[in-house]
Amino acid sequence: MTNYIFIETRDPFDSADTRFVEETAAALRQRGNDVTIFLLQNGVFASRQNGRESTLSRMALAGVKILADDFSLCERGIQKGELAPGIELSSIETLVDSLMQENTKAIWH
Amino acid sequence: MTEKKLTIALMDPPYESANSTTAFRIISAALEKGIHVNVFAYEGAVCLPLKDQAPHANPVKGTTVEEEEHPTTSAFVSALLEMGGLLTWVNCGLCVDERGASNVVEGVKRGSPADFLKMAQESNNTLVIPTK
Repeated sequence: MTNYIFIETRDPFDSADTRFVEETAAALRQRGNDVTIFLLQNGVFASRQNGRESTLSRMALAGVKILADDFSLCERGIQKGELAPGIELSSIETLVDSLMQENTKAIWH
Repeated sequence: MTEKKLTIALMDPPYESANSTTAFRIISAALEKGIHVNVFAYEGAVCLPLKDQAPHANPVKGTTVEEEEHPTTSAFVSALLEMGGLLTWVNCGLCVDERGASNVVEGVKRGSPADFLKMAQESNNTLVIPTK
């Protein structure tokens, strides 16, 4: 089994191709892989529960880990309490730990 | 492989994208954990360690250079190179020559994509941070 980390830096309201990451992550999870989407930079705009309906919470229910970078959230004024269900507050240190896990593939988007 | 190694490829030029700041954060966090980090700077990223960069005042706020403490990317690279000697930074030589960007801070090396391949092969993982 492979660990996949998708590092999503793009704002879903700005970049239509963020859907590609979600679909690929879901497909990899369905095939039994460990999959994480790490929201970073403008990617954290997808984490707000008051935003347009996002597939991220549903993906979290399906077993995809969804993490949001604390620094990026802070820069954009998004509080922990505003995160949609299933999205966890995380940090760059956690991302580094994940990258160093054996058999891990990282995809920056 | 006993030592932990992470290789990162950078392509964005200074002050262009949040990718540079994020890359510095990732490198710093990895070095803090005792991980050896290789950076291969490609295309505009070879200008990140340019020694000629100068901080500037902020005419909007009316602050001086000293008050503003504007960080340059070359100062970030220097600081990271001083963090325990665990960072290897290689600038792509062809990209340097195209841009006339050879006056870099101490510790930055010159290489080629072949160095990137070697670094990736010797690392636990490789992260490519492309331009948008």
